[in-house]
Amino acid sequence: MIHFDNVTKMYPSQNRPALESVNLDVEKGEFVFLVGPSGSGKSTFLRLVLKEERPTEGRIHVAGKDLARLTNWKVPHLRRRIGCVFQDFRLLPQKNVYQNIAFALEVIGKPRRFIRKVVPEVIDLVGLDGKRDRMPDELSGGEQQRVAMARAFVNRPMILLADEPTGNIDPATSIGIMKVLDRINRTGTTVVMATHDAAIVDSMRKRVIELEYGKVVRDQSRGVYGQAY
Amino acid sequence: MRAQFIFHEVWIGLRRNLTMTVALVVVVAISLALLGTGLLFVKQVDNTRTYWQGKVQLSVYLCTAAIASPQCTHNGPATDAEKTQIRQQLAGLPQVSTVTYLSQNQAFAQFKQEFSQDPAFVSLTSRGDIPDSFQVRLKNTEADAGIVAESIDGAPGVDQVLYPSSILDKFYKLLDGARNAVVIIAIILIIAAILLVANTIRLSAFNRRRETSIMRLVGASNFYVQLPFLVEGMIAGIFGWLLAAGLLIAVKSLGLNALQGYFSFDVQLSGTDLIEVIVLTLIVGVLLTGATSFLTLRRYLRV
Repeated sequence: MIHFDNVTKMYPSQNRPALESVNLDVEKGEFVFLVGPSGSGKSTFLRLVLKEERPTEGRIHVAGKDLARLTNWKVPHLRRRIGCVFQDFRLLPQKNVYQNIAFALEVIGKPRRFIRKVVPEVIDLVGLDGKRDRMPDELSGGEQQRVAMARAFVNRPMILLADEPTGNIDPATSIGIMKVLDRINRTGTTVVMATHDAAIVDSMRKRVIELEYGKVVRDQSRGVYGQAY
Repeated sequence: MRAQFIFHEVWIGLRRNLTMTVALVVVVAISLALLGTGLLFVKQVDNTRTYWQGKVQLSVYLCTAAIASPQCTHNGPATDAEKTQIRQQLAGLPQVSTVTYLSQNQAFAQFKQEFSQDPAFVSLTSRGDIPDSFQVRLKNTEADAGIVAESIDGAPGVDQVLYPSSILDKFYKLLDGARNAVVIIAIILIIAAILLVANTIRLSAFNRRRETSIMRLVGASNFYVQLPFLVEGMIAGIFGWLLAAGLLIAVKSLGLNALQGYFSFDVQLSGTDLIEVIVLTLIVGVLLTGATSFLTLRRYLRV
């Protein structure tokens, strides 16, 4: 599903690469934790998968597509197959829960009848039934992140990228978030989650890829966060 | 394509920076109105020129006993031989198309008719006061009037050569000058309008950066991301054009038509001319705002 072949990424004004000779494969339906300290290259990895950045060297395949050969006008079609969740939720404050989720479908031109059908389904899936008319500022952090996950998942992406989704959320609520991610993973969606949260990584017992200074230093199935942190 | 969605986004965009939108509409309106006025002037000058092209003739007045100008007192009244000589000289010129002799009787009859409103003036004038003349029609009045006049002026028997072009030239210069001034101001304002469109779109893109970043993230095509901004710019352009069309109708009916009142001849612009100019300003307005929005967006909304 995601294939990195000897990928190096240099940013122009830095002398150390953000990612260096990274080789890795993420299979369809896998759940992968991406761990490592700040600046270890986790975000660069996610940006490369979305083709927001181009690698300096190496090849990247996502969902069977060679990103180097993907023309700019086809990038939106790639992104329709990838859902994204962030630490800061990125909801639209003037839209309620339903409208925030529907927005993701409206802007890719889905018919209104389809939107009316699938949005309530995904609201149920993330456990927000009964709150579809709330505005984001009337919701707790955990609930806002559920809305963001619903928006990321509503178009049934093949891959879900989560960049520290529990970073702004207390540990008790984080468990709920992880349950939703697990539920999404069980539908066959590949999930890649970058995180600092050792407790979550240890409790889930999923594949762990550890980055340090842009290099993969550990790739372990059913791993833990690691002793050093 | 979700038209309703696009127009909702456009409405939000226009409302959020209302002051900029109003400024944009006003500047587009004024620049298009000035451009249109310039075009109306061009048409007016053209109409006037064509009108005169057909009408104007050179009048070669001949010396009579009643005329006391220096060359007439020197030569005496024109003799028949001199008249024949003048006619032949005129007819021989390549620029001349026809030469007609207007006798004193005919000239007096014409005079009486022209001033029929003013019998007191007519009664003061007697048959012999108005000289006979050659009326010369030219192939190209504007270009050749001066040359022909010069070649015949001062010939024996000729009192003076008159052609209205010498007066018209001043009138043309005035109209041309006014037109050029209007067009230059219009161009300056159009440049201002372009900068304002770019700035409004940039501001709008900044105001909606959350929406656009999410749109890009969930895979909205560039077209979908940019269309609301494009439509926003063009709607401002169309509103500006509507105002401009109103101003142009006012310019025509109050300005140019009132100007016609000073002249006895009919060179008024038709409604078709006005519509032509208004349609042209619509095209300029929509292209101007649309193209500027599009180019601005290419800089600010990259994939």
